[in-house]
Amino acid sequence: MKQVIMGNHALSYGAMISRVQVIAAYPITPQTKVVELLSEICADGRLDAEFIKVESEHSALAACCGASAVGARTFTATSAQGLALMHEMIHWAVGARLPIVLGNINRAMGPPWTIWTDQNDSLSERDTGCLQFYAQSNQEVLDTVVQAYKVSEQVLLPSMVVLDAFTLSHTSEVVDFPDQKLVDEYLPPFNPKYKLDPKEPHTFGGLTGPDGYFELRYKIEEAIQDAKGLIKETGKEFGEVFGREYGMVEKYRMDDADLVLVASSTIASTAHVAIDELREEGKKVGLLRVRVFRPFPSEEIRELLLGRKKIAIIDRNISFGHGGIFAQEVKSALFNCKDSPLLWGYVTGIGGRDVTVEDIKEIINDTMQSDKPEKDILWKGVRV
Amino acid sequence: MSKKKIIYKSARDIPLNAMSVDTMLFNKTGAWRNVRPVIDYEKCIKCMICWKFCPDISIYIEDDKPVIDYDYCKGCGICVEECPKKCISLVEEGK
Amino acid sequence: MKLSIPEQELVMSGHLACQGCGATLCMRYALKELGQNTILDIPACCWSVIDGPFPHTSVKVPLFHTAFETAACVASGIRAGLDILGRKETNVVAWAGDGGTFDIGIQALSGAAERNDNIIYICYDNEAYMNTGIQRSSATPYGAWTTTTPVKHFKKMPKKDMMGIMAAHRIPYAATASVAYPEDFIRKVKKAKELKGTKFLHIISPCPAGWKSLPEETIKLAKLAVSTCYFPIYEIENGEKYTVNKVIKNARPVKEFLSRQGRFRHLREEDIAKIQENVIGFYNELLKKAGIEEEVSVKTE
Repeated sequence: MKQVIMGNHALSYGAMISRVQVIAAYPITPQTKVVELLSEICADGRLDAEFIKVESEHSALAACCGASAVGARTFTATSAQGLALMHEMIHWAVGARLPIVLGNINRAMGPPWTIWTDQNDSLSERDTGCLQFYAQSNQEVLDTVVQAYKVSEQVLLPSMVVLDAFTLSHTSEVVDFPDQKLVDEYLPPFNPKYKLDPKEPHTFGGLTGPDGYFELRYKIEEAIQDAKGLIKETGKEFGEVFGREYGMVEKYRMDDADLVLVASSTIASTAHVAIDELREEGKKVGLLRVRVFRPFPSEEIRELLLGRKKIAIIDRNISFGHGGIFAQEVKSALFNCKDSPLLWGYVTGIGGRDVTVEDIKEIINDTMQSDKPEKDILWKGVRV
Repeated sequence: MSKKKIIYKSARDIPLNAMSVDTMLFNKTGAWRNVRPVIDYEKCIKCMICWKFCPDISIYIEDDKPVIDYDYCKGCGICVEECPKKCISLVEEGK
Repeated sequence: MKLSIPEQELVMSGHLACQGCGATLCMRYALKELGQNTILDIPACCWSVIDGPFPHTSVKVPLFHTAFETAACVASGIRAGLDILGRKETNVVAWAGDGGTFDIGIQALSGAAERNDNIIYICYDNEAYMNTGIQRSSATPYGAWTTTTPVKHFKKMPKKDMMGIMAAHRIPYAATASVAYPEDFIRKVKKAKELKGTKFLHIISPCPAGWKSLPEETIKLAKLAVSTCYFPIYEIENGEKYTVNKVIKNARPVKEFLSRQGRFRHLREEDIAKIQENVIGFYNELLKKAGIEEEVSVKTE
C-alpha cells in the first residue's frame, strides 16, 4: 500500500511494522515528528508498545537498555545535541550487546544553535561499535529500520538509521508499506538467549580486568564484521520478499566510469541527476553511494574503486584537524593497495548549506580538470 | 559450591555480554581477618542477633544455634559488639 | 527461636565489601523481603564492586550494572519491558548510593518519580562518594571531612533533603530506615512492594572506611544516628501524610554520634552546637508535619 509520508514518519512506521515493544524518546527538532506519531500510534492501539516519556536523551537510551536487557524490542530517535548526550549510553548498549535501533536525524551540532543538516553528529559516534545506515529516501528509511532489527538481533549490537534533517526528515515522498504478515515472517519476534530473568539469574556487566576485557572487545569486532555478511543477506532477502534489494553500497552507472563520485544520504540522491547530466555530455562518471558506514564496506570500496582513474568524495561533515570523514575512511580502505587512484576529498553542505545538482557537477568537473588534489580538504561552497 | 576464580583462556569461551556464570563463594574472605569471633555456647541464648547483623552472611543457623563460618568471616566484630549477652569474644588469629 | 526477619538469604558470602560494611546489610535485608522474583539495576557505587568481578556474582537475583546517572531510568525501562512482555509481578529495584541518587542520578530519579513509574528506588546512603575514595556528595553532612572537603574546608553546605524532594513529587511512598532496625526496613520494603507507582527508600548506611569509624560499631552508629535525631525514621505517603516511626522525645546529644567518627574529629564546640541546633530544628519541623504537638529536647547528662 503506497502512501505519501515524510522521512520522520517513515522512521515511526518502520518501528511500528517492526512491532517494537518499548519506545523511550525525548523530543528535539527535527525529530519531534517521529515521537509524536509514535505516541499517537501507541495511544490508538495500532502498536502494542510501552512509551516512556523520558526526561532526557541520555535517559532515553538508558531506558532502552533496561528494556532490551529484559528481552523487549526497543526503539528511540534523536538528533545532534540529543545524540551527543546519548553518547555514553551508545557505548553502554554496545558493551552490553543490546540490539536497540536508534533513528538519528543528521543535524549540525551547536553552538551556535542550528537545526539544519550535516553529518557530524552521527559520525562522532563512529568508534562506538554501533552500526550505521545512511538513507537517501523515505522508502529506504522505512525498509532499513526493519532490516536493522534483523541484523542487530543476530549480532547483538545496536544500529543507527540516519537521515538528513529537513531534506529528508520533513520531505514527503511516496512510500510503499510492506505487508505486515510478510514483515512478521521476515522479522521474527526478539528472543535473546540471555536476558534479565529471575528464573535464570545473571549479573551483567560486572567489573572486568585486563584479563577479560580485551577478549570481550575482540568479540564486538568479530560481531560487527559478521554484520557485513548479514547486512548483505538480509538486504537480498528483503529484495526477494518485498521487491527492493539493499546492500552495503549502491552502484550507479559505475561499470565503465573513469571517475567515481562517492557520496551518501541526500547528496547521493541528488548526485544521481548530476551523473545522468554529465553522462549526457559524454563524461564517463559514476556514483558509489555508501549506505552502511559501520561496519565500513572496505571490501566493496576496494573492489569497486581500485583501478579507476579518479575518485571524488563528498563529505557533508568534517573531522576538525584532519578533514572529511568518509574521505579518510575510503582512503584508509584503499591504502597499501595496487592501482589505488588519487582521491579528491570535498567538504560541502555543512550546517545545511544547500548542495545542488550544479554544485555536484562542478565538483566532478573540478576533479576532472585537475591532475591531483591540491589539499587534503577541498572546501566547496564556503565563502572565504 | 566454592569453585575457583574463573579466568577465560580464549575469546571463544567468554560470554559475550560479560554476564556472571558463577558465584563469589570461591573467594574465602576469612583470609582477611586477623581476629576471629568465638561464641561461648554456655552463655548463648540463641537470640540470633549475631546472625541478623552479619554483613558477610558468615553466621548461619544450625540446630537452632548460630554457627560462624570461618571460611568467610572477615572479623569485623559487629556480632561481638551487638551480642546482648556479650558471649562472643575476639581471639587473635594464629593463637 | 522465632526470627524477627525472613530467614532466606539472597546475598552470598565471598563478596568484596569492607569489614563492617553497612551497604551489604542493606542489600541483604532488602532482598530477604523482595525475594527471588526481583531484578536489580545498579549504577556506579560501592555495590558495583561489592558484587564481585565478572564472571562471578554475590546475589541470587538478576542484576544489570549500569552507568552512574541512570539507575532510575534503566529501572523504568526494565519495568516497561517486563510489562509489555506480561511479567508484571517481577519487582524492579533501582539500587543506588547517595552519589547516584542525590547528585548525578537526580534527574533520572525525578523523571521516573514524575511519571510515577512502577519501580522501587532504594538509596543506601553512606554520605559520600565512597567507592571512588571518599569524595563529598550532596548527601555529605555539614561538618564532615572528605577528600574534597578537607579539614580546613570541611563541608559547609547542609545535607540535601532528599525525602523533601521526593515528597514534592507526590509519589505514593517515601521512607527512611536504618540498617540497625532491619525489621522496620523490611516492613517498609514490603509496603513498597505492595504499592504501585514510584517508591523511594532512603537508608542510612555507616561506612567504617569513609566515616573513619570502627567496623564493629556500624550497627551502634546506625542506632545513634536515630537516637540523636541525626537521621529521623519516617514515612511520607503521597507527598503529604507524614508518619514518624520512632518518635523521640529526648534525643541523645548528637556529639555521641559525631565523636565516634574520625570524619568529624576536627569539629570545634561551636560547629557541634550548630549541628545540634540543625538536627533538633529539622526533627521538630518533622514532628509538626506529622501532626505531633510536642517538641524534642536534648538529653543532658
